Amino acid sequence: MNEIVLSRRPSKARVSWHAVLIAFAVTFLVLFLVLPLAAVFVEALRKGVGAYTAALAHSEALASIRLTLLVAAISVPLNTVFGLAAAWAMTRFDFRGKAWLGAFIDLPFSVSPVVSGLIYVLLFGAQGWFGPWLAEHDIKLIFAVPGLVLATVFVTLPFVARELIPLMQAQGSEEEEAARTLGATGWQMFFRVTLPNVKWALLYGVLLCNARAMGEFGAVSVVSGHIRGLTNTMPLHVEILYNEYDYVGAFAVASILALLALVTLAVKTFLEWRYGAELAARAPRGH
Amino acid sequence: MTLELSHLHRRFADFRALDDVSLSIAPGEFVALLGPSGSGKTTLLRILAGLDFPDAGDVRRDGRDLLSVSARERGVGLVFQHYALFRHMTVFENIAFGLRVRPRAKRPSRAEIAERVEKLLKRVQLDGLGNRYPAQLSGGQRQRVALARALAIEPDLLLLDEPFGALDAQVRVTLRRWLRHLHEELGLTTVFVTHDQEEALELADRVVVMNQGRIEQVGTPDEVYQQPGTPFVFEFIGRVNKIPVKFAGGRVQAGDQRFDADPLDGIGDGSGVAYVRPEHLAFTTTSLDSGWKATLGHVFFAGSVAHVEIEVPALGLTLDAELGGDEAQRRGLAAGMSVTVQPRHLTVFAHDPKTGQLDPSRRRVVHPRYGQAALARMR
Amino acid sequence: MARRVLPGFGLSLGYAIAYLGLIVLLPLAALALKAAGLGFSGLWAAVTTPRVFAALKLSFGAAVLSAFINAGVGLLIAWVLVRYRFPGKRLFDALVDLPFALPTAVAGIALTALYAPNGWLGRWLEPLGLKVAFTQTGVLVAMVFVGFPFVVRTLQPVLETLDRDLEEAAESLGATRVQTFLRVLFPLLLPALLTGFALALARAVGEYGSVIFIAGNKPFESEIMPLLIVQQLEQYKYGEAAAIGVVMLGISFAILLGIGLLQRWSRRWAER
Repeated sequence: MNEIVLSRRPSKARVSWHAVLIAFAVTFLVLFLVLPLAAVFVEALRKGVGAYTAALAHSEALASIRLTLLVAAISVPLNTVFGLAAAWAMTRFDFRGKAWLGAFIDLPFSVSPVVSGLIYVLLFGAQGWFGPWLAEHDIKLIFAVPGLVLATVFVTLPFVARELIPLMQAQGSEEEEAARTLGATGWQMFFRVTLPNVKWALLYGVLLCNARAMGEFGAVSVVSGHIRGLTNTMPLHVEILYNEYDYVGAFAVASILALLALVTLAVKTFLEWRYGAELAARAPRGH
Repeated sequence: MTLELSHLHRRFADFRALDDVSLSIAPGEFVALLGPSGSGKTTLLRILAGLDFPDAGDVRRDGRDLLSVSARERGVGLVFQHYALFRHMTVFENIAFGLRVRPRAKRPSRAEIAERVEKLLKRVQLDGLGNRYPAQLSGGQRQRVALARALAIEPDLLLLDEPFGALDAQVRVTLRRWLRHLHEELGLTTVFVTHDQEEALELADRVVVMNQGRIEQVGTPDEVYQQPGTPFVFEFIGRVNKIPVKFAGGRVQAGDQRFDADPLDGIGDGSGVAYVRPEHLAFTTTSLDSGWKATLGHVFFAGSVAHVEIEVPALGLTLDAELGGDEAQRRGLAAGMSVTVQPRHLTVFAHDPKTGQLDPSRRRVVHPRYGQAALARMR
Repeated sequence: MARRVLPGFGLSLGYAIAYLGLIVLLPLAALALKAAGLGFSGLWAAVTTPRVFAALKLSFGAAVLSAFINAGVGLLIAWVLVRYRFPGKRLFDALVDLPFALPTAVAGIALTALYAPNGWLGRWLEPLGLKVAFTQTGVLVAMVFVGFPFVVRTLQPVLETLDRDLEEAAESLGATRVQTFLRVLFPLLLPALLTGFALALARAVGEYGSVIFIAGNKPFESEIMPLLIVQQLEQYKYGEAAAIGVVMLGISFAILLGIGLLQRWSRRWAER
């Protein structure tokens, strides 16, 4: 009995064992996560603030920022509406093939970004299925903004649905049924009961969706054609500047993206801390 | 408002929730749907609310088809088992919801809504709590908010799904008496679902006992308790002794006793089961000719009543008897005493010779005739 | 007479299926058909060139190795984050998700800057004979970076719900710390650990942005599969690109299937 009581009290040997584990974990996190992040900002400011702001004020840099915002502004709402519709169908009704639908929603997460771009080239590119038809009607999807949007929509498709489905599953449909028996129309029920109940999870999903939409590289790289000032999003612009050895320029644009990542992490952490219970039904996450 | 349910059937995958259920409910009635889980009672309630639909059969309200009316337009007040309060709305907003979602033409003004909500809050004894959120209320309070919310749309039919299921024992008793009074004040037709027989017997005007998707018996609380129509009702409601019997020459034989009673017509020779409530077993320490010879087992004093185990060798059974606590004290009952046991009356069911199951249609109540002297001593 | 109580079934399901069909299924079908257009022998020829084979070996080999590293380190870090208290713990916990949030191109150039021979870390590693940037080791480092959060994030919730009574019971029965971990805790963590491993693997196999900057992209040595697709596309060899794409998709599906089976297995494990 005495032995058990004693063993609960941290002995000296155990405390130092803890310290070793903590030290290892912290060292790894600093070397692997903090250092790359710091490198972005240090490299960006290597030649001073003047060079940094000048690099950002460059017209091509500004164009890439505008294009990134545009692509995200189109693809995020599209996937938000899709996420709501898919979650409603998946969690409020039983139908055959539901498991398949769930698997297809997750599919883009397991496809390599380059393949995600490739499939649209094969569909809409000059030699693609619809290539000749599009050329005839003088519509350009690939190597143009619509292609960037399509590839971005593909890679960010699961984010919102993935947040909403487990939460709405856990919440069940009783509140919506109550709203119906009290006389609410479909849209009244949706806007007054469903949406307020999932708003934080929705915001969470939109946040992650947006971060990925603005930061996607591989998929948009394949469909972009890299036309400066026209089809270069920020990550693509980073690549071009880097390959031209304009390190300050590359890291300056990269620093904006890194800031976006930090803001995303901060808001995400805040949401988890403040509304953890309302997000609690989330599945173990990836991406 | 009269409800007429006829020949309702409902199947889920491989489970028969409702199997040819017919029932009519009179205006102002307080009806309990009583049964174990899986008996179909909740499915029936959800069909009345418009949240489920039968595969066959129909439901009429005052002669008009109710099934073609959507849940939204039915105007039926439903209180969910776990209340289903809108968690992001205050108590006030929850109650006002049904009024606020009305089409503009039928929607009361802001002031009218506020007035009606306040009135309802008072009615359910929650005045002053309108600004709280559901999470800040106790279980009993939430239940009353759910009720007020359902009443706000002025339904003529109120449905409650296990209304007291999630409450602790004390709140449960207080709240259900209060609900009974409310029902009488409002003059609504009320249907509630419960698996708690005490709740059903105490509250309802009429109890509908359900089992495996079928109605076993419909009757007043007194009827279903005193004159159960089927073996299931006997075993589900109250406590009961089950004694194997034989039928021979229109008489009932149980163990070494042949009960002297009016001959049973229509029940041929064969076997069956006799049901006797504990309080209908009389016993005396005097040795009598008629009645089983038995020994008292443990005597459980439980306040106002006492439960007595009676070991009957002739039956190979231990029977339960029940009598007043005072009386048990006065008679000085203790384990090991020798007694003679006589059932005051028995309800017997004969086995169906084909299926081997008890046949509810071959049910008889047997009033044995004991010698007058014996009866007198039993008192 | 299957009537549905809540509204919007047709609308929501119809919209979801149409959207998925147009965005996901139709394009994937185009890929499959394009590859099929090469015929079996053409397909075989396209993916069995020595260069593709070398890239496949690197992509898959480095991804598996990175997933193993992440499983080990991830287990340790999840343990430290759940069980111990130390200053800055919340911050580090939040930082674990950085590789999810940081755009891959940014991660790529940042890692390259760190591990280049004149970089912050590279200048210390180079004299030790350890070249990272522009070698296969660089590919590995980038893959460890992008796959890192998966194992930690799948293990954390399991570790949090793990009953400490189990450890105390084991201890009171005389087990040492190591025995307790190996015999009591590890079997309970295994399903989540395997799921995290598979997720990290899937991510690393397909990773492009963070790898190409640090890899150096030397043919037969540090070229990854996704890069070959890009190169084929740049030479307008769509069929060959599609062929490599189908192989990658096949690997993804195999891993996805593995994850599905793992989850089913672990659910059954949990229900026992």
